[in-house]
Amino acid sequence: MNKLKLATVWLGGCSGCHMSFLDLDEWLIDLAAKVELVYSPLADIKEYPEGVDLVLVEGAVANEDNLELIKKVRDRSSILVSFGDCAVTGNVTAMRNPVGEPESFLQRCYLEAADIQNQIPHEPGIVPTLLDRVLPVHHIVDVDVYLPGCPPNADRIRAALEMLLRGEVSRLTGESIRFG
Amino acid sequence: MVVKTLTINDRLISARESETILEAARDADIHIPTLCHLEGVSDIGACRLCLVEIAGSSQLQPACVTKVAEGMEIQTNSERLQKYRRMIIEMLFAEGNHICAVCVANGNCELQDLAVEMGMDSVSLTYQFPQRTVDLSHERFGIDHNRCVLCTRCVRVCDEIEGAHTWDMAGRGHSSHVITDLNQPWGTADSCTSCGKCLMACPTGAIFSQGSTVGEMSKERSKLEFITIARKKGEWVSR
Repeated sequence: MNKLKLATVWLGGCSGCHMSFLDLDEWLIDLAAKVELVYSPLADIKEYPEGVDLVLVEGAVANEDNLELIKKVRDRSSILVSFGDCAVTGNVTAMRNPVGEPESFLQRCYLEAADIQNQIPHEPGIVPTLLDRVLPVHHIVDVDVYLPGCPPNADRIRAALEMLLRGEVSRLTGESIRFG
Repeated sequence: MVVKTLTINDRLISARESETILEAARDADIHIPTLCHLEGVSDIGACRLCLVEIAGSSQLQPACVTKVAEGMEIQTNSERLQKYRRMIIEMLFAEGNHICAVCVANGNCELQDLAVEMGMDSVSLTYQFPQRTVDLSHERFGIDHNRCVLCTRCVRVCDEIEGAHTWDMAGRGHSSHVITDLNQPWGTADSCTSCGKCLMACPTGAIFSQGSTVGEMSKERSKLEFITIARKKGEWVSR
């Protein structure tokens, strides 16, 4: 039997959703028996592969790298799950949006509010260019399932994964969609 | 006392003539979601969450300000209403800057609860990310306009229960916001008695106690309820 190809992606977020994913503890062993992890910040794989069955996307789309990756992820995956509040709403990552253009808040954060070595990071090719606005994932590509929470706790993640592993793709309801 | 009989969701109920649809429904344990409604102060029908369908009328009516009538046939939870309610909540989330994860009211917020109730797993509208201010000039309380849904519960509770009328509205449309006294920093508003009723009335984390951090701002609505009941019964008002 071919195992389901699972990927997890880390865009503009704190990786808390991935930490919460690791909170699945021993259920991860059961999960590992059912899926093949083909891409993840938790695994050393450089290129997002073709033919992914299920992907959890953490984080908002905040910079050029995120934008390029999320389009590739959408093209190459069947079921895309918007994983956690940053992916679903923009959340903390999007708190810079009301401040305005990237220049304004970079100046605020890295020059005005910094205590030492006040400088705006500038490493073309290494530090990706920020987008004017941070956007939730579904404002860029189609999303199949939303799994909010900051982070969604392990029980919520497990319930959603169990549903998806059964081949059901439906909207989550009740406490499993509570933001925050 | 004149009694009216009507049906809500095909259930026959009776209500006093003076009652609103919302009161009649609640007496009959029929749930109608609300946000700007607050027990003990006047209703204004602003949030539109309590809209109901009344047979014979193509217009939806807010249950909180519509009086019952003989023979009314009311539906409170049709698919159309559910769709509209979810849209209203999405609009509220898109209009302000509601970041539950870092909010004092996380877990104690009526807006957050309503989002769960309406099945809002995401917001389909474009977030506005407005530039709004935070006023921490009051010595005990603060207001974060990013989290304000303009329900005016603070305005009404301050005016009708505390009798101070420190709060009011200013601006129009997108720039509407609540103000204290003559649109001045809250800490300089002389009419404010620092009673904290606005904080208890606020459905979100917009008005909060200073020093409370994420998820700590649980509202003591029971205090507010006591005050309104006592006032209604004239228990502490010298007349």
